[in-house]
Amino acid sequence: MLEVKDLHVSVDGKEILKGLSLTVNAGEVHAIMGPNGAGKSTLSSVIAGKDGYEVTAGSITFEGRDVLEMEIEERARAGLLLGFQYPVEIPGVKNIYLLKAALNAQRAARGEGEVPAPEFMKRVKEKLAFMKMDPSFLQRAVNEGFSGGEKKRNEILQMLVLEPRLAMLDEIDSGLDIDALKVVAEGVNSLRSEERAVLMVTHYQRLLDYIVPDKVHVLLDGRIVKSGDKDLALELESRGYEWVQEESAA
Amino acid sequence: MATEEMEQLVRREYTQGFVTDIESDTVPPGLDESVIAFISQKKGEPQWMLDWRLEAYHQWLKMKTPSWAHLDYPPIDYQAISYYSAPKKPEDRPQSLDEVDPKLLETYEKLGIPLHERAALAGVAVDAVFDSVSVTTTFKEKLAEAGVIFCSISEAIRDYPELVKQYLGSVVPQGDNYFAALNSAVFTDGSFVYVPEGVTCPMELSTYFRINAANTGQFERTLIVCDKRAQVSYLEGCTAPQRDENQLHAAVVELVALEDAYIKYSTVQNWYPGDEDGKGGIYNFVTKRADCRGDRSKVSWTQVETGSAITWKYPSCMLRGKDSVGEFYSVAVTNGRQQADTGTKMIHIGENTKSTIVSKGIAAGRSDQAYRGLVKIGPRAKRARNFTQCDSLLIGDRCGAHTFPYQEIGNSTATVEHEATTSKIGEDQLFYCRQRGISEEDAVNMIVNGFCKDVFQELPMEFAVEAEALLNVTLEGAVG
Repeated sequence: MLEVKDLHVSVDGKEILKGLSLTVNAGEVHAIMGPNGAGKSTLSSVIAGKDGYEVTAGSITFEGRDVLEMEIEERARAGLLLGFQYPVEIPGVKNIYLLKAALNAQRAARGEGEVPAPEFMKRVKEKLAFMKMDPSFLQRAVNEGFSGGEKKRNEILQMLVLEPRLAMLDEIDSGLDIDALKVVAEGVNSLRSEERAVLMVTHYQRLLDYIVPDKVHVLLDGRIVKSGDKDLALELESRGYEWVQEESAA
Repeated sequence: MATEEMEQLVRREYTQGFVTDIESDTVPPGLDESVIAFISQKKGEPQWMLDWRLEAYHQWLKMKTPSWAHLDYPPIDYQAISYYSAPKKPEDRPQSLDEVDPKLLETYEKLGIPLHERAALAGVAVDAVFDSVSVTTTFKEKLAEAGVIFCSISEAIRDYPELVKQYLGSVVPQGDNYFAALNSAVFTDGSFVYVPEGVTCPMELSTYFRINAANTGQFERTLIVCDKRAQVSYLEGCTAPQRDENQLHAAVVELVALEDAYIKYSTVQNWYPGDEDGKGGIYNFVTKRADCRGDRSKVSWTQVETGSAITWKYPSCMLRGKDSVGEFYSVAVTNGRQQADTGTKMIHIGENTKSTIVSKGIAAGRSDQAYRGLVKIGPRAKRARNFTQCDSLLIGDRCGAHTFPYQEIGNSTATVEHEATTSKIGEDQLFYCRQRGISEEDAVNMIVNGFCKDVFQELPMEFAVEAEALLNVTLEGAVG
């Protein structure tokens, strides 16, 4: 589904990713772990198409399409969705409005007409209840005055409504208390299916207790230096990153 | 002999000796007393009106064009302007929509303007617009039943001279400023509204319903009087782009609110902004002022300014009555090479007067705009309160936004609050929306409309929907 090959990325002339390769297949959940500054967020930002990142070498393909040639919105419409670590506030724009505009834009790209209002409301309310969010959320401005936990829930709510093929979650667990973490994790788990994949970037093993990954990768100094299953995450939790570093240097 | 009488005598000679041919439909360019007399005679005005115009003209001659605004334009040659041309005859107008510029129609389509209105807006001869005529007729009957007077200012001068004499120039005196003086001397059309005591106008009044509104001309004069406990909501302009051969527009709007009266005045201004370099665009120099004369009276200005090459406009409220309220809600959008210097003045004179200012400025392209606001609290305005919020949004890095708030506080019991922000349209906001699949253009529209929400919700419902669409059309191509 997603194929990243020998990716080199620079920010302001400084190389952050130094030959990263990664393959994600449909039906899989991947977790990328690593210390601060290793390039975790850079990876998801580049895949999503954020400005300010220069790809100097390598390739990204998604279901056979060259991602680097696609506009930001084209990537989203193709099913590549990013759950933000720090979702931005958009004053005066209601959540419900953003959701509907996004869904309709994606439907239009698939040659489908606008979603009928009753169907849309039914779907949104269902997902809202699943995320244990109050319906008044829909009438509030996007992320404005939301607590950290509310913002993260809102990111997952959007995922549930928009049903991406590949959901990328950037530190979706940061700033969450344990109850909120459980709700967010349930949301992500409900996305799991044979046709879909999830790519999570995280610092902490804690998240992986609730969203059990199929594959865990260690990202160190711009490269994936070790891959394994969920046990690797547990090992990282108890032993830290140094041993991986030493192992890869050897 | 007093100087005044002397001057009057001199003037008489002039008026009698005017040379312009009364049978012609236009006067040659230039302005002198004979031109003013010509206009007055064409309009069938009484002597007192002509005298009033000439008085304004004499004051204008002594005045200088203001230079304090944050605007840049070449000097205007007032002798090169023609001050009167008769409205186009129906047979000279397009007879059907087929004869109208397709580009104009395309814009109407984008704005979602109903079919029957498109014809009227495009200047199709009114007789050809069946719907519009029938609407107008029902409209007039309803108003007459309620006792509301709504007609052109020229008709009002003829039919309601006492009302006009009492109120015309009582809010904006002839010599108030350069453009107001010019308007007072040469105005050719505009609206007159009188809502009698205790009457709530049964419908929103709009210039659109006044036949001939399409030809109101460059020096419009509007006078709205709301008697005690009366209420009216007035809509000026329309969202459709308006082209005009006249480059200079200098309108005057006067509002008078007596005890417990409420006037809501909403404007959507979309004059031609000129080509990419701003050439051929309209200069819009308007004086708008409300006099909250009665206790507990209230005036609310709401404006959406998107057109014109240059806008110079400060709708103001004189809060004279005790507990009177003034409000100003404004969205100004500039793109291309447009320039706007706009804002408001809230003059607190009476006790317990209250004013609210919410101004949203959006600058894109190479445009430049300034908010200029004055809050003045007079010595007798005990416990007066003002709240001002003034936000600017920049799109791109070649535009500019400036804020000039002035405060003159003459009473220590007053409360004045001012908040101002300037932000660039967030790259992060754009990225967020696009990462949800929304196109860049739609994302910009969404963010901008969100930014303007506080003002749009003050507009009458139909206007608000049109205003949103208008904003989107105005900012087309602003990004990318």
